[in-house]
Amino acid sequence: MTTWPVIFVVWFLPVVGTLLVYLLARGGDEAANRNARWIALWTTLIDFAVSLVLVWHFDPAQTDFQFVEKGSWLATGITYHMGVDGVSLPFVILTTALMPVCIIASWKSITQRVPEYMMAFLILETLMVGTFCALDLVLFYLFFEGGLIPMFLIIGVWGGPRRVYASFKFFLYTLLGSVLMLLAIMALYWNGNTTDIPTLMHTAVPRSLQTWAWLAFFASFAVKMPMWPVHTWLPDAHVEAPTAGSVILAAILLKMGGYGFLRFSLPMFPLASHDFAPLIYSLSVTAIIYTSLVALMQEDMKKLIAYSSVAHMGFVTMGIFAGTVQGVAGGVFQMISHGIVSGALFLCVGIVYDRMHTREIAAYGGLVNRMPLYAMVFMVFTMANVGLPGTSGFIGEFLTLLGTFKVSIPTAFFATTGVILSACYALWLYRKIIFGALVKPSLMTIKDMTLRECLTLFPLVALTILFGIYPKPVLDMSAASVQQLVSNYSTAISAVKAAALQ
Amino acid sequence: MSFETAGYLLMPVMPELVLALGAMALLMLGAYRGQGTTGLVTTLAVCLLILTGVLELMLPAGKVSTFGGSFIIDDFAKFLKILALIGSVATLVLSIEFLSDPSRRIFEYPILVLLSTLGMMVLISAGDLIALYLGLELMSLALYVVAASNRDNVKSTEAGLKYFVLGALSSGMLLYGASLIYGFTGTISFAGVAAATKTGSVGIVFGIVFLLAGLCFKVSAVPFHMWTPDVYEGAPTPVTAFFASAPKVAALAVFTRVTLTAFPGIMAQWQQIVVFVSIASMALGSFAAIGQKNIKRLMAYSSIGHMGFALVGLAAGTVEGAQGVLLYLAIYVAMTLGSFAIILAMKRNGQAVENISDFAGLSRTNPLLAFFFAMLLFSLAGIPPLAGFFAKFYVFIAAIKAGLFTLAVIGVVTSVVGAFYYLSIIKVMYFDEPLARIEPMRLELRTVLAVAGLFNLLFFVYPGPLVSVATAAAKSLF
Repeated sequence: MTTWPVIFVVWFLPVVGTLLVYLLARGGDEAANRNARWIALWTTLIDFAVSLVLVWHFDPAQTDFQFVEKGSWLATGITYHMGVDGVSLPFVILTTALMPVCIIASWKSITQRVPEYMMAFLILETLMVGTFCALDLVLFYLFFEGGLIPMFLIIGVWGGPRRVYASFKFFLYTLLGSVLMLLAIMALYWNGNTTDIPTLMHTAVPRSLQTWAWLAFFASFAVKMPMWPVHTWLPDAHVEAPTAGSVILAAILLKMGGYGFLRFSLPMFPLASHDFAPLIYSLSVTAIIYTSLVALMQEDMKKLIAYSSVAHMGFVTMGIFAGTVQGVAGGVFQMISHGIVSGALFLCVGIVYDRMHTREIAAYGGLVNRMPLYAMVFMVFTMANVGLPGTSGFIGEFLTLLGTFKVSIPTAFFATTGVILSACYALWLYRKIIFGALVKPSLMTIKDMTLRECLTLFPLVALTILFGIYPKPVLDMSAASVQQLVSNYSTAISAVKAAALQ
Repeated sequence: MSFETAGYLLMPVMPELVLALGAMALLMLGAYRGQGTTGLVTTLAVCLLILTGVLELMLPAGKVSTFGGSFIIDDFAKFLKILALIGSVATLVLSIEFLSDPSRRIFEYPILVLLSTLGMMVLISAGDLIALYLGLELMSLALYVVAASNRDNVKSTEAGLKYFVLGALSSGMLLYGASLIYGFTGTISFAGVAAATKTGSVGIVFGIVFLLAGLCFKVSAVPFHMWTPDVYEGAPTPVTAFFASAPKVAALAVFTRVTLTAFPGIMAQWQQIVVFVSIASMALGSFAAIGQKNIKRLMAYSSIGHMGFALVGLAAGTVEGAQGVLLYLAIYVAMTLGSFAIILAMKRNGQAVENISDFAGLSRTNPLLAFFFAMLLFSLAGIPPLAGFFAKFYVFIAAIKAGLFTLAVIGVVTSVVGAFYYLSIIKVMYFDEPLARIEPMRLELRTVLAVAGLFNLLFFVYPGPLVSVATAAAKSLF
């Protein structure tokens, strides 16, 4: 344990960075842009370093929340309460680790209004870290919803041609889901007279309230995740967002939905979760099969990856609601792995987009002839996306399938077909872009990855392979918390079953 | 200190007395010294309002009533009076430029604002139906004239006339309702009415309906909202800012006081009305605003919607609900005044521009201004962590506790619809190609914007004080 408020520093540091950018990057000339980039980079790097202190001092054997910070805030029962456990810490690290990558990825591709761009990203980092650390429902909601503002601006200001449509769709879709969750939060407040998450985890919630509250939380997280059929905002948002925006969207923002299911739905409404598990299974399996098929038909690289994200998130929801240790641990791992892999895939798309200014699959072909390094890196992530053993994608998919198999064999069976389908679209994409003869005249002079681009992708390559052959760091970090979660869940279920039998 | 006349304590009405006498003195000053004193009168009026506010704060704590219970001073009244005074002060500050134009040096303007504020203070403290009507009329009559203060402008005179005719109609309805209530209970004091209406009768319900119809007109709640867009658009912009802030506070205050203290026994009856009015206002405010091109008209629909949200708290009819209403009003006033400071600053080539399309690309020509406006708009839409979110949070949490789930669900869904049109303005400011720079913002506008904008932005950091004051104020009603 540490004596200084590490979590506060981690979430507040980007705010300081924002102020510095505002104060030091003025004038709108090239010097201001350069200042903004460097300040943002250093802020995110320092923030990452500070967040590693959390890992260093984290005790994985403990199931309680660690690094807890408390303070009075809104009213009795609604307080400033932050902390991490094995479920949230991996996401915090994922966030802080990907932020410098995003800043570097935007170094050259963003030329308009650079200081504002950097400020939006830093504020977004604050809100994302806050979301994963918040231990009070209202505080959580504040961070969770607040993230809409910077993301709306990032898509709308620095996005592609249909950015207005995409940003509005993103904002309103997510908001509609979330306001219902807000009402459920209020109902929970009156049920337990507090919105403190650790307290609520041990507060009995009446069965009828469980059902309604579960549905309200589901409305929010299903949109965020996104689950079929409310996923349609995602392809639009991904296609229009700038590269770094897509990375953050795929790698972090989507994970808030899964994190929400783990943090709230399962522990607080175990009976409702159990009742609704078949619904989740069907939606997940539909998502896995349907969106994989849709991905096969895409002509836009980003859209293809976006649909594949929906499919991969299907594995996560399926694993989480299986309610078994393997399923839940697999869900956490799959989210972390997908965060790295899909983020990296969007970076890969960004690299060729910066050169050719098109994302159409048909515009490419034979890149391996001029970009061998790129072909190699892209292959690693394609394989991880497919779920090839030896990459991190495999571990997550395997564990979630294993966990689901114990509970529902048909679900696991149909979900497994998704693995084959993902191989179809991912390999098809790879073949179209990388292999073949280099015949298109526009591609004749294309250059391989620069040092800056290598800097963003090589760490992700290393992590993908490392977690593929040695997943222990992530699994160990979350093991105790997952174990606790699952045992509480099954205790609640079996108590009800025993009562029903008497 | 004991001021008395005919056996009645004068001390509780001291702020009102000072305001009334001060307004008359300023009227003399203006009448004898002519139009040249407009600036001076305005400055003195601001000082007078601040003095009134200080006196208000110095009144003894707890509940004091005078004039046989017609005039009540409690935490509730103090909270809302201070809020109304803030609204009036800000209005006068925002009006400085409007009044400095040689063709519009009307010293009556600040005096009318003072008299209207006096009406509001009487209204907020009203303890019976007569005091309610007196306050309401003093407030409204002054407002009718202020709406038409841009005499040579057809739209402004039309706004004044329209407001007057419809306002007179609503006053008539309110009086009719008051007379019915008096007829069926035999008393006009709220406490007496409460004692006499343990069970509702048809006559009482009729009385309530008419009374609430009159009050709904003043808070511009659907279905008595029709005047709002026209008056907001036609009246000079500083006057629109005034309409959107202080009178709304006073009218909603008396709405709350009447329903909660005069008819607590028959809550089921008036709750239906409030729920209906609230849902209709939220829905109309959200949907009708989408098609607007003029920012002032848009703000009119926005204020209709916001009154609907504030009424959600009242519909709960509990301490939490009243607290929600109070917080909603406080935050709403801050958001509105900040927004109007920006609308007033929108000038190109000396000409005020009011169309939403005129905001195009503001984020590039005036980044800080655009940022503040965007934050205010996100706040009006109720997006956390801005102040507007907490306003909605407190009214909805009260509705949930009172079991009004349908109302709450409809409310939050309309807030999403409402978010669409706020986002459209942000879209124009941030995503569209810029027009020419607007003229530099005047100092007084900047001050109002800075105060309102920072309050809006940083409310979440330390919400404790305002919340606890509002809680105390709400408790004083029960």
